[in-house]
Amino acid sequence: MTDLSFVNARIVRPDGAEPGELHVRDGTIVGSPAPNATTIDCRGKTLAPGIVDLGVFAIDRAAFRAGGIVRVGLMPDQSPVLDDPGIVQRASLVGKPRLWIHPIAAATKGLAGIDLAEMAIMKGAGAKAVSTGRRWIADSGVMRKVLAYARDLDLAVITHAEDGGLTDGKVATEGETATRLGLPAAPAIAEALAVARDVALAEETGARLHVRQVTTAAGFALIRAAKRRGARVTCGITPAHLLLSDNAMSDFRTFAHLSPPLRDESDRQAALAAVRDGTVDVLCSGHDPRGPEEKRLPFADAAAGASGAETLLALSLSLDLPIERLFALLAANPARILGVETGSLAPGMSADLLLLDETAPWQIKGEAMTARAGNTPFDGLPAQGKVLRLWKGGAEILA
Amino acid sequence: MQSSDHRPAALISGGAVFPHGHLTGIDGLQPHEIAFLLDEAEQWIEANRNRAKPDKRLAGLTLINAFFENSTRTLLSFEIAGKRLGADVVNMAVAQSSVKKGETLIDTAQTLNAMRADMIVIRHASSGAVRLIADKVDCPVLNAGDGSHEHPTQALLDALTIRRRRGSIAGQRVVICGDILHSRVARSNILALTALAAEVRVVAPATLMPAAIERMGVTPYADFDAALDGADVVMMLRLQNERMSGAFIPSTREFHLRYGLTTERLERAKPGALVMHPGPMNRGVEIDSNVADGVQSAITEQVEMGVAVRMACLDVLTRRARGVEGWA
Repeated sequence: MTDLSFVNARIVRPDGAEPGELHVRDGTIVGSPAPNATTIDCRGKTLAPGIVDLGVFAIDRAAFRAGGIVRVGLMPDQSPVLDDPGIVQRASLVGKPRLWIHPIAAATKGLAGIDLAEMAIMKGAGAKAVSTGRRWIADSGVMRKVLAYARDLDLAVITHAEDGGLTDGKVATEGETATRLGLPAAPAIAEALAVARDVALAEETGARLHVRQVTTAAGFALIRAAKRRGARVTCGITPAHLLLSDNAMSDFRTFAHLSPPLRDESDRQAALAAVRDGTVDVLCSGHDPRGPEEKRLPFADAAAGASGAETLLALSLSLDLPIERLFALLAANPARILGVETGSLAPGMSADLLLLDETAPWQIKGEAMTARAGNTPFDGLPAQGKVLRLWKGGAEILA
Repeated sequence: MQSSDHRPAALISGGAVFPHGHLTGIDGLQPHEIAFLLDEAEQWIEANRNRAKPDKRLAGLTLINAFFENSTRTLLSFEIAGKRLGADVVNMAVAQSSVKKGETLIDTAQTLNAMRADMIVIRHASSGAVRLIADKVDCPVLNAGDGSHEHPTQALLDALTIRRRRGSIAGQRVVICGDILHSRVARSNILALTALAAEVRVVAPATLMPAAIERMGVTPYADFDAALDGADVVMMLRLQNERMSGAFIPSTREFHLRYGLTTERLERAKPGALVMHPGPMNRGVEIDSNVADGVQSAITEQVEMGVAVRMACLDVLTRRARGVEGWA
């Protein structure tokens, strides 16, 4: 493997970004240049950790590369479901060496919410966390067992936080937009109910809980309070829920059909505040490419989900966060939740790097996406920030 | 007619008075455009009654009624409207359609388009389905009801009935009672009546009242008796059991007790208040027979206005294609 010396770079470290150099030997970040290292002149651009996208629904290499994503946490909602050690092991190997896929195993067999899956064996096969997938475990007794069992294995439990009793069959959040459009809608409180129960059980069992997407003011209030009490609770959100309200569903735009649904403006503002005050730990794409056969349908019949990998970084840059905080949300924190040695530019870490032009302008165009499907609710939006080059473990994967 | 009934349509002429290619909903229509459609419908009422001078202005045009959801009266009303104007009317019932064989809605739209229909009337169980089809075809599309979203011709015929019986829509206190949550009739009526400056009250148990309904310019009530105070028009809605997954009310008996329109309850409204229902009625549930058949009932008149309104809509939406002077 070629050793590398990055010079003339603006390097993003946990405490800020400063001009400097970064050295890589045998795919690992080191403190001093290796002899015969190839020098890469970064021309003053930003050198940051490669993105770790926590909770994608499809393996979409081209989209990940274009978006600066070097590792993904793959949700268990696959066909077949990631609830078997063999399937988990195969998923963990499928992308290497250019893309690392960290399977998130199903917490219950078939994601049915009834019987515990073989978490320990699946951990041995490469699972980095367990999850309820797109669903919610309705039975609190089962959820308690999932959390307690995962605690002993030091696996984070990644949940979809919506009370299924309120959201079953619903495609929107209750409010003016859903009422005008006549769409089946669930109250936003469905999220807080699920968060409250899962946080209470996580605190009681001492488990690590990561709520993959929190989107409402009430949900954030619960997470904030739990963190203050010292609970091992983290949460994430997608740029769509930060930048769009339920207004985006007007005209029955199925690209804005997401799960959880886009919320009203007050919840969106609460989400932005939660990112700024540190309540939110992870920005993720929720990458879920859906072709026309699943999206060119009436809103209620269309599948939920958006293609987000290619737009994750540019949309996150528009949040105007300090760059080190941004990459904590995109790389360091998701890596920590999964327990993988990446996500920051410190010696000893895997040389997962991206070279970024923060100001490069471009326009998001669904048709031009390299993803499997261009179902983005941001179609046509001008954006800033492009990945120039990308390395996984010191090997260049996008030039 | 009161001055607040929005009549700038009289000042504009030709296609500018109604620039829309489709009628997918009341949403997006200006008050004067709604009033224009009502004025046009007025012209067809008498013609419909005596049929002395048949008007075949749509002769040679093909109207396809594509009903993906069961309907009797709306389908019949559109069929009669099309035939009265001389159109060739084809009814496509879902039971015989390839939709049952897995064809997507857009495939169906493209098939209908390729058959060179001149007008397509759509009913579908999903909100937004009609707009999806309208985006894919070259001819005018009329919404005959999509999910819980809109039923614009029903709102127009209701508005026409009110205007003829009460002299005006502006200032009328209209009470809409029943299953507001699942009702496309309620949504379209709220949009049309508030646009024409009526005061609209909606009444339903909390389980059948949509969130944030007040942002549509109406006043929600849980107490039917209170809502009826001073009402000029009482519009009852059918309990739509087919759209209710799970229990929204304890029983129809209890619903009738709280929200059924009885003779005694009607006395809380203004004397001579108009009673309306889009049909089909659940007699003894949302409305008592003696009210439905009573002197204040305009229910059969609504059906009659339905044909006139649909004739007007078919005429107006095809004027551009027919090269009518001022519209081409």
